[in-house]
Amino acid sequence: MQMNADQSEEMLSRMVEPGRVHRRIYTDPAIFELEMSRIFGSAWTYVGHESQIKHHGDYFCARVARKPLVVVRGQDGEVRALHNQCAHRGAIVVANDAGCADEFQCCYHGWTYHLDGRLKAVPLNHGYPDDFDAKNPNTAMVQVPHVKSYRGFIFLRLAAQGQSFEDFIGYMKTSLDDMVDRAPDGEIEVAGGTFKHTYNGNWKLYLENLCDAAHPWFTHRSSIAAAQEQKDDVYSDGSGEIAIRQMRQNGAPYSFWESQVGIWTYPNGHSYLGDYHDDAKLVAAMNDPTFRDYVSALEARKGKAETQRIMEVRRWNSNIYPNLSMMSQFQQLRVIHPVAVDRTVVHTYCFKLRGAPEQMFRNTISFANVVNGTGSLVLTDDLEIYNRITLGLASEGAEWLEIGRGYKSDAPDAHGGRKGKNSTSEVYIRNMFDAWRGYMLGKAGATDRQEAVA
Amino acid sequence: MTILDAATRKSSPIPAEMDLRACEAFLIHEARLLDEGHFDAWLALFTPDAHYWVPSQPGQTSPFDTVSLMYDDRRLLETRVRRLADPRIYSQEPRSRTSRIVTNLSSEPDNGEPGQIVRSKFMMVEYRREEQRLFAGTYMHRLLADGETLRIAMKRVDLVNCDAPLDGLVVPF
Repeated sequence: MQMNADQSEEMLSRMVEPGRVHRRIYTDPAIFELEMSRIFGSAWTYVGHESQIKHHGDYFCARVARKPLVVVRGQDGEVRALHNQCAHRGAIVVANDAGCADEFQCCYHGWTYHLDGRLKAVPLNHGYPDDFDAKNPNTAMVQVPHVKSYRGFIFLRLAAQGQSFEDFIGYMKTSLDDMVDRAPDGEIEVAGGTFKHTYNGNWKLYLENLCDAAHPWFTHRSSIAAAQEQKDDVYSDGSGEIAIRQMRQNGAPYSFWESQVGIWTYPNGHSYLGDYHDDAKLVAAMNDPTFRDYVSALEARKGKAETQRIMEVRRWNSNIYPNLSMMSQFQQLRVIHPVAVDRTVVHTYCFKLRGAPEQMFRNTISFANVVNGTGSLVLTDDLEIYNRITLGLASEGAEWLEIGRGYKSDAPDAHGGRKGKNSTSEVYIRNMFDAWRGYMLGKAGATDRQEAVA
Repeated sequence: MTILDAATRKSSPIPAEMDLRACEAFLIHEARLLDEGHFDAWLALFTPDAHYWVPSQPGQTSPFDTVSLMYDDRRLLETRVRRLADPRIYSQEPRSRTSRIVTNLSSEPDNGEPGQIVRSKFMMVEYRREEQRLFAGTYMHRLLADGETLRIAMKRVDLVNCDAPLDGLVVPF
């Protein structure tokens, strides 16, 4: 394949083939720049949760496609997103990560904005040319055109034109539902701090690993072995017990991954790994008094049938392409921030279930430390893999990377998706690249499916 | 267990029951064990119900309501140390090399728990795969006398950049 600096549609369309992708897709800065505008600029991306801005004037800073944004609840209660940039000299206006404000004021020359971004006051405004108009929409902190909150999850779309949120999210809405439905009082809130872990590698590698059922046995063998050898009569305050349980679970044999666990994919690059864990593997389930209390609280508020339905939703990681991953059974959420073609930052969050026993959140924290922690015995080996892929991609060995595991063995799913033959299928990676082609070739949001459903 | 609360604790210039020089010798010994990769010997310094804690937030008051870069009860600390010795710990292939300085010791007022709380400052350089990282912060050790020697009942490590975006942390501080 002849490669040059050409960024034509033809070059892009040649990057992905059925069952394989060109290595340049992870290393070419020009392709990365196009991804920022064509994928992150035109898809719906997750920026935060309404519980982070409960009161009028509450705001937090966010970043999409490397662009600084402020997400704010206005005095009218509406959630808006503004480009965090002063219309005067271009500085960011809001410098704190989060807070509460009546107005936003630039610290350079005092240009002051309403919470909806409109210009409120300009000091020395008599000094500007006669045609200077403070009401000109361009002299504002410009609003992001589309913001959608679904059950508290705030998504936005930077581009004026594109897919509706409903078309974008499709059936994967049910994973967002599952996060909220698990709260006895029907509400969740962000709590417990954040991890910000980083690696020297492309953003796509992260999403490609999250539903990878074939890697734990190799990548995580040091923590699997260490956990398997751990004596259970050694002192634990409960935190270590949860971590060790998860590390041992990572050591499940291939037969388990190939028989019990499944992988489901949906249009626009979304997917989830399911049936990995039931609650009995995550906690001591009904032998655990906290879990019994939790189930009782759910049943009291939602009834037995609905509680049973909720408990039977067993999704491990749900990935909403291109920047969100969630794990509803332990209330985890990750946001992927591409920094450069070979540098990525991931922010992780925990949610507290309203109406659940306090101990539940303590378990959520312990689980976050082992699966998302920067110093985790598990995650650190995943970060090492991303770094090694980046080192390996500099090689002139394999020009094409394989994503063909399970190719042509996928089955249609009742909700318009494709299900892998079993969880070790790479169908979820092929599905992301179908979405990648759709976005990159300008069919914004349209999945460009290369692979026939069997 | 009461958690050492670095944010609210006032420092005391007066050495309490325990001889600060003995504490300093102990902390230097501990740092050397870590630098030289003698993790089993490091683990042996801890009491059977010890905790090792690296908070993720400045002034974090609890490991139970907020995530931590590392929060190990004795059971998880044993697993962490056992993994460090595993030849398939890929995030330590190649191994890190570290160099630590421990200094500015002071004894801290009693918090009602047994032992002596010793506060110190540390810097740690970590070198791995053509990259060098510099970590700095505050150690809080709760030390218990055990015959002729000391044991760590609790070690808290407050990194100055605990809430920064960080590449993976594998070697204990």
